Amino acid sequence: MSAHQHAEGLMSHEPEKVTMEGRNKILGFWLFLGAETVLFGTLFSAFVALRHNVGDGPKASELFELPTVFAATMILLFSSLMSVFAVQAMHRHQVKAMIGWLVATVVLGLGFLGLEITEFTTYVSEGHKMNTSAFSSSFYTLVGFHGAHVAFGVLWITLLILQILKKGLTVVTAPKIYVSAIYWHFIDVVWVFIFTVVYLMGKVAA
Amino acid sequence: MAAHAANAAHAHHGHKVKRYKGLMDWLTTVDHKKIGILYLLAGGLFFGVGGLEALLIRIQLIKPMNDFVGADTFNELITMHGTTMIFLGAMPMLFALMNAVIPLQIGARDVAFPFLNALGFWTFFFGGVLLNISWFAGNVPDAGWTSYVPLASPTYNSGHGVDYYVIGLQIAGIGTLLGGVNFMATIINMRAPGMSFMRMPMFTWTIFITSALIVFAFPVLTVGLVALMFDRLFQANFFETGSGGSAVLWEHVFWVFGHPEVYILILPAFGVISEVVSTFSRKRLFGYSSMVFATVLIAFLGFMVWAHHMFTTGLGPVANALFSIATMLIAVPTGVKIFNWLFTLWGGSIRFTTSSMFAIGFIPTFVMGGVTGVMLAVAPADYQYHDSYFVVAHFHYVIVGGLIFGIFAGLFYWWPKMFGRMLNEGLGKLTFWTFFAGFHLTFFVQHFLGLMGMPRRVWTYLPGQDFDTMNVISTIGAFLMGVGVIVFLINIFVTAAKPRNAKADAWEDGRSLEWSIPSPPPEYNFKQLPLVRNYDAWWRVKMDGQAEMPAAEPPGPIHMPSPSIMPLIMSIGLFIGGFGFMYDKLYLAIGGIGITLVCMLLRSVFDDHGFHIEEDEQEKGVHA
Repeated sequence: MSAHQHAEGLMSHEPEKVTMEGRNKILGFWLFLGAETVLFGTLFSAFVALRHNVGDGPKASELFELPTVFAATMILLFSSLMSVFAVQAMHRHQVKAMIGWLVATVVLGLGFLGLEITEFTTYVSEGHKMNTSAFSSSFYTLVGFHGAHVAFGVLWITLLILQILKKGLTVVTAPKIYVSAIYWHFIDVVWVFIFTVVYLMGKVAA
Repeated sequence: MAAHAANAAHAHHGHKVKRYKGLMDWLTTVDHKKIGILYLLAGGLFFGVGGLEALLIRIQLIKPMNDFVGADTFNELITMHGTTMIFLGAMPMLFALMNAVIPLQIGARDVAFPFLNALGFWTFFFGGVLLNISWFAGNVPDAGWTSYVPLASPTYNSGHGVDYYVIGLQIAGIGTLLGGVNFMATIINMRAPGMSFMRMPMFTWTIFITSALIVFAFPVLTVGLVALMFDRLFQANFFETGSGGSAVLWEHVFWVFGHPEVYILILPAFGVISEVVSTFSRKRLFGYSSMVFATVLIAFLGFMVWAHHMFTTGLGPVANALFSIATMLIAVPTGVKIFNWLFTLWGGSIRFTTSSMFAIGFIPTFVMGGVTGVMLAVAPADYQYHDSYFVVAHFHYVIVGGLIFGIFAGLFYWWPKMFGRMLNEGLGKLTFWTFFAGFHLTFFVQHFLGLMGMPRRVWTYLPGQDFDTMNVISTIGAFLMGVGVIVFLINIFVTAAKPRNAKADAWEDGRSLEWSIPSPPPEYNFKQLPLVRNYDAWWRVKMDGQAEMPAAEPPGPIHMPSPSIMPLIMSIGLFIGGFGFMYDKLYLAIGGIGITLVCMLLRSVFDDHGFHIEEDEQEKGVHA
C-alpha cells in the first residue's frame, strides 16, 4: 500500500511506522548500521594495530589536547540529545518544536565539525600529516571517516528540515526524520569509542 | 488487508508515471525480475571474460617453457581471472537467481527497496566495467586476486593497475552491500501471510544468511580497499613497513572479508541444490530444520576461520591450532547437509533432468573439495600444500564444482520461471556431461601437480619434472568446459526462438510459491497475496486437490514503484569519480561524486508516489 494514501489526517503516535515503506526503511537502516559498525570496527582494528608506530612524527600523548576534544565530545553528545527531543516532539505531532530541536542538532553538529577542523589544522602544522607515519594515516582515516559521517549527517538533517517546512509531517517524511535520528545516535556512539580508544588511550598509554 | 483494499479504493490515481519501452525500460526498471535478468546478462558477460582468461592461462601452461604469453601478462591474467570470476561472474549470477526467485518464493510483490535494487545492479556493473577497462588502458592489476602488499604497494606496483582493482571493486562492492541489506530486509519484512521463518523454502533461507554475511563481511573489504587506495594515492602508510605500516594487516583485513566471502558464494548454491534435489526426488527435503541450523552454523563459523589462509605467515602455533580446529568444525554442518541431500534422494522417485543432474553431480564433487579442505586445515600439512596447485585444485572443486554446478542447476531449474521457456534438455545434458567431465579433467590432476611441488601463480615450468602430461590433460579439460559453456549459449539461442509456452508449474513437481503463478510472472507477481499454511505450501495445496493458492486478501488495485533512470546516473557518477581519483583529476573526482550526491538529493526531495495497476488491467498480465 502506498505511503501517500495516509498522508492526510491518519497520523498515529508513531507516524514513521504506519506504512510498509516506513517499516522497511527503518529495518533496512538498522541493517545498514550493522554494516557501518563493521566498517568502523575494521578502522578501529587498523588504528589499534598501528597506533604506536609513530616513526619520526609526534606521539599521541604529545599531540592530543584533551580539553578541546572533551568539549567536542560534549557538543556531539548534546547534539544527539537534541535529536531525541526532536523524535519525541514528532511523536507528539509538535512540528514546530521538532524543527527547533532539529536545528539545534545541526548547529551543535556544525560546532563539532568546526572544532575537528581546527584540531586537524593544528596537528598538520605540528607535523602530523596523512603521510607522516602509520599512526597518522590510521588516525586521519578513522577520525576523518567519522568526521565525514558527521558532515553528511549535518547536510542530510538540514535537507530534512527544509522538506518538513515544505511538505509538513506526513507518513512519508516521518520515517526520514526517525532514520536520520538513529544515524545521528550511531555517529555519536562511534565518537564515544573514538574518544576512549584514540584520545584517552593515546594520552595514558604513551 | 481489508483496510488495504478500502484505502486503495479511494486512493489518488492522478499520478501519471511515465512507462518506458524497449531499451529505456531496461535502463530504468526497478522490477526485481528484470533486474535479475540484467544481473544474469552482465554476470554471464563477465563470466565469459573470466573464462577466456582461464583458457589463455591453460594454453600458456600446456607445455614446459611455453612463451605463448609473457610472465607479466600471465600475472595479469591470473589476477583478472580470479577477481572477475568471484566478484563479477559468480556473485552477480547468484544475485540473478536471488532477484528472480526470492520475492516469488516468499509471496511478495517486490523487494523491500526496488530503487536500491536497481542502484545495486548498476554500481556492480560500472565497477566491473571500470576494472576491465584496465585491459584497454594497458595498466592491468597483476598482484593476484588477493592483492597482497607489498606486491600491490606503490613501491613495487607503481602503475595504475592495482588502482583499477581497488576502485573497481570498491564501486562494485557498494552494489553488493546494497543487495545484502535489501534482501535481508525483504525476507524479514515482506513474507506472505502465514509464511513463518520455518516455513521458508531452503533457497530463501540460504539467501537470507548469505545476505547477512554480505552485510557483515563486505564493509571489511571496503576499509581494506580504502586503506590500500590511501596508500597508493595519498601516500598513507597503512601497509608501508618502512614507515611503521604492517603488511600482515592487509592479510588479516583481506581474509576477514575473504573467508566469509567463500560462504557468501557457496551457501546460495546449497540452497539451489536443496530445492532441485527435493523437487526432482518428488520428496520433502530431508531434515529441513537441521538444514537451516547447519546453514546458520556454517555462516557463524565462517567468520572465525580467516587465518587458515595465513598458516605460513607465522602467527604462531597457538593461533594456527585454534584456526585449524575451527576450520575442521565447519565440516560437521557441511556433512549434515550432504547427508540430508542423500536422504532426500533416498527412496525418491528421481527425475534426471539437466537441473537434477547438475545437482547430483554437485554432491560427490563438492565432497571432494570438502575433503581437501579438511586436509588444508591441518596447519602442519598446509606448509606443504601452501601456494601449490593443490590449493588451486581445492578451491576450484568448491567454487566450480560447488557454486558453478549449483548455478547451472538453478538456471536450468528456474529458466522457465524467468523467461517463460524451457531450455532444451538434450543440449542441456550435453552441457552437463562436457562441463562435468571437463571440470574433473582440468582440476583432478592439479591435486597431484600440487603434491609434486608445482607452485601456483608461476607463469611456466621446466621440463623433466613429470608435470608435462598432467598439464596437457588439464588444458584439454579446460577446453571441454569451454565447449560445455558454448553448448549452453547455443541452448539459450535455440530456446529464445521457441514460443513462450512454459506452464506456471513448469516441472509439474514444484513445491514452493514461485510455481503457483504464471511463467514468467506478471509485473506484480501475485494478483492476491497467497496464504501460507505450511512448508512446501504449493505442493501441499496441490496434494489437497486445489489448483490455486488460497488468497490472503481480496483482489484490488496493486501499487507499484515508478521506474527511474537515477540508479544508472548515480553509478555513472561513481564511475567518473573513480577515474578522477585514479588519474589525479580533482575536477573529475568531485564532479563524479557530485553527480551521485545530487541524485541522492533529488531522490530525497521528490517523493516517488508510484502508480496503481487496476483490477481490469491485471487481467491482461503485463509480462516481464
